[in-house]
Amino acid sequence: MLYAFLCYNNENAVMSWSKEEDEAVMAKLDLVHQKLRKQKKLGPSLRLMPTTAATTLVKEKDLVLDGPYAETKEALLGFYILDCENLDEAVAIARELGQANPGGAYEIRPVRLFVNDQLAT
Amino acid sequence: MSDLSWIDAALTSARPQAVSALLRYFRDLDTAEEAYQEACLKALRAWPKNGPPRDPAAWLIFVGRNVAIDAKRRGAKQQALPEEDQLSDLEDVEARVVEKLDNADYRDDVLRLFFVCCHPELPATQQIALALRIVSGLSVAQIARAFLVSEAAMEQRITRAKRRIGEAGVPFETPGAVERSERLAAVAAMLYLVFNEGYSTSGEDAPRRAPLCEEAIRLSRMLLGLFSAEPEIMGLLALMLLQHARSAARFDQSGDIVLLEAQNRALWDKDKIAEGLALIDKAIRHQHRGPYQIQAAIAALHSRAPTFAETDWTQIELLYAALEQVQPSPVVTLNRAVAVSKVFGAQAALDMIEPLADRLQSYFHFHGVRGAFLLDLERSGEAREAFNRAIALANSPAEAAHIRMHLDKLQESARSQ
Repeated sequence: MLYAFLCYNNENAVMSWSKEEDEAVMAKLDLVHQKLRKQKKLGPSLRLMPTTAATTLVKEKDLVLDGPYAETKEALLGFYILDCENLDEAVAIARELGQANPGGAYEIRPVRLFVNDQLAT
Repeated sequence: MSDLSWIDAALTSARPQAVSALLRYFRDLDTAEEAYQEACLKALRAWPKNGPPRDPAAWLIFVGRNVAIDAKRRGAKQQALPEEDQLSDLEDVEARVVEKLDNADYRDDVLRLFFVCCHPELPATQQIALALRIVSGLSVAQIARAFLVSEAAMEQRITRAKRRIGEAGVPFETPGAVERSERLAAVAAMLYLVFNEGYSTSGEDAPRRAPLCEEAIRLSRMLLGLFSAEPEIMGLLALMLLQHARSAARFDQSGDIVLLEAQNRALWDKDKIAEGLALIDKAIRHQHRGPYQIQAAIAALHSRAPTFAETDWTQIELLYAALEQVQPSPVVTLNRAVAVSKVFGAQAALDMIEPLADRLQSYFHFHGVRGAFLLDLERSGEAREAFNRAIALANSPAEAAHIRMHLDKLQESARSQ
């Protein structure tokens, strides 16, 4: 089953990490990524720019607004697509990722439709 | 990253929100700072045990307020302070505090905290020191190190600045729209001062001061998070990101400045450039140009050029012309002239800067740039004269060395003729 792992965290805190702290988190995460990659469980994954770079189109009124759609305590900072046996395994992987990356939460959402298009490069 | 450093980052990032809300509550900067400090001490005991709260700022405001009220014995406590080990489980209490904070007052709170550091009577260096102390929460020792002065001297500078602010009084009334935008403009200027304090250093001091750039970026991003539809704050953040993106290429191994034309562009930070470009894109949609946006757009054109030779000088010249309109200054005209020389040639550029001679006669770059134009026009005698004046006015050995390079070339060509 494919799961989306939505990564939420306190954005101000993450943006207050020093370059060294940020790199240390990414290096720790990368160890987990490598393992998942070897197990062929890791699909597309991405880290988003800060919410200050976001723009939101409110469809109903065709309003283009600056900032993220939802003003939440923790912001959506990135996501993974992972292929997991079942929810138990998904939770275990989330725990492992969480150990490398303190604070916030992973929302684990089963994927309903996955279109694996290729970008022209 | 350990849990403790996560807590540290959470405390640092919550500071402006927490101190500014406490400032509104207590109407006194020292009380607000002390209350925040007390709350931090409690956080350091409670958070490792119970895990950090979802909203660190709300937690700190809630606890800080109660601690300060308690300490000052100002009447009865409004809400009894719960046991420490329960604190971070009090989602409902936090939620109530946050509800109060999610409104527009909250943005004005943070803006007020930034704004008290911008008092027009405070010289730039004091504004920067104060912002780093009050908004960023750096220690006096850290700020002294960044300013390359003794701790005692910095302590005195900050105390003096705080006294001035105290005398002037902090404006607590909710600002109107015009006043709010005036405050934002003052704060933007102050943040850019902080940035430049870190950016305009060279030599061995550079590593100690570079964190000022990071801090200015962090604070600007936070400000934009609160005032998300302000194109000039987008421009300010974009400008800082695009300039700071070049930092790894700006110095050679001996710490001397490497000019833009000679920088190794592979060393530029692509993430920062991409974020800066995204912010400019957003800002342009507002169709409300301002000096930060225009300067950011100029920096963006440099960032986009794969090599110095491929720089889009035509666009840069137009942007400097626009900057001259919104922010007329001889230095802007001088910069425009450099672009003019690339597009229309050295004679047009020289004609443009000659009228500036009076106002810029003691400005290093004026003579350096003028010398380069004269050199292009093969007026060697005058060029040599201009370069010599530039060297006399150089602010750093690197600047002088760069001009000497031109002089050496002049001498070489004289010899070969």
